[in-house]
Amino acid sequence: MTKKNTHTGEFYQRDRYMHPPAYAEIYKTSVPRSPKQALISIENSLSEITGPTFGHNDLGELDNDLIKNYAQTGDAIGERIIVHGRVLDENGRPVPNTLVEIWQANAGGRYRHKKDMYLAPIDPNFGGCGRTMTDEDGYYFFRTVKPGAYPWRNWVNSWRPAHIHVSVFGTAFAQRLITQLYFEGDPLIKKCAIVNTIPDQDAIDGLIAPLDMNAGVPLDCLAYKFDIVLRGRRSTLFENRLEGN
Amino acid sequence: MPQNLNYLRETASQTAGPYVHIGLAPGAAGFELFEKELGQDIVGPNAKGERITITGRVLDGTGSPVRDVLLETWQANAAGIYAHDEDPRHSEVEAGFSGWGRVISDFNSGEFVINTIKPGATPGRNGATQAPHINLWIVARGINVGLNTRIYFEEDSDAHASDPTINLIEQLHRRDTLLAKKTGENTYQFDVVLQGENETVFFDV
Ligand SMILES: [Fe+2]
Repeated sequence: MTKKNTHTGEFYQRDRYMHPPAYAEIYKTSVPRSPKQALISIENSLSEITGPTFGHNDLGELDNDLIKNYAQTGDAIGERIIVHGRVLDENGRPVPNTLVEIWQANAGGRYRHKKDMYLAPIDPNFGGCGRTMTDEDGYYFFRTVKPGAYPWRNWVNSWRPAHIHVSVFGTAFAQRLITQLYFEGDPLIKKCAIVNTIPDQDAIDGLIAPLDMNAGVPLDCLAYKFDIVLRGRRSTLFENRLEGN
Repeated sequence: MPQNLNYLRETASQTAGPYVHIGLAPGAAGFELFEKELGQDIVGPNAKGERITITGRVLDGTGSPVRDVLLETWQANAAGIYAHDEDPRHSEVEAGFSGWGRVISDFNSGEFVINTIKPGATPGRNGATQAPHINLWIVARGINVGLNTRIYFEEDSDAHASDPTINLIEQLHRRDTLLAKKTGENTYQFDVVLQGENETVFFDV
């Protein structure tokens, strides 16, 4: 019997009941972009239980500060916030030293992207992307401005709730995840077709970051907490290593 | 009531959306922000093995190229070793080899290009051998959960016959959807079909 180590070994199967299905009629773009055939379930091999690793050398000093990391003439405009939380696995263990990347619209709901034609103005001091590594306790934080809601083409009057896109790696390619963070109290969450691709209310609630007064900075900024849970690994009790050597 | 198991549940996935480039490839979105964009160099300067280029497109259910897709690749080196400490041989990987790459499709043509080396065969479960392959993860607007597939190489048909993953695909003609087609000395073509006739095989890993 080997010692229980939750950062090695195979993964629990992904709970497909709480992820959105590929095909979600309400989210129109998913209609032609969703596979119709069933996914083929494969047991993990080395190809799935390994994955890229990153170091602090890959990152720049201001990469997690979206108020400053594209500042040309001053700080980005908008409601100043800290977004912080931990990356955990399904076993409740922190995932240390993993890369977290975010991107978002500016305070007016406009992305700095050549494909975004929304009439709200670009903020010359806001790029809209950031990245950081979790620490030993799986903890991460960003400073940014609260993004604005924006219209998008789904139904004729569809609006995205304020959100931040979040990408996480974990310790293996099978944990790779992209999701979106929403903000507590936003009435657009309930109306959003993309949110409502998720069939499980608890899973939706898990994407809503609560206001966290204790983590803000008095007279400076508010804070929202967003924990991220990645797939957990099976403990290796009474098992041979899967690569068989 | 029995005891509580106390597991957490995985955070739900959401689409990467149309502006995924801002976060993961800002240069493509039209601005420079990070000193170093990640995933641009898969193999590093010291990698042994055959340098290859794979070009392809991701096609939707109507046959139209998806022009806002982002793909990530993960592969072993030419000796079949992953640069990750769970691979027992990882210390033998060439310095600078990561095995991970990030590419986007061209905004007009939808074409993506992967520059890498051909990976070696890797150990499978229970002593089996996996034919050389590149693991692929695909996200885009309209894709609600990232799609996992694999790129195998058409010339390795002998190895495919005993590859445990390929052998899980019941419909024999669907296995061909995982094969990169040789188009030249070191070049391959690999299209991903999201839906419909010749739909690519996707995996729940
Ligand atoms: Fe967005």
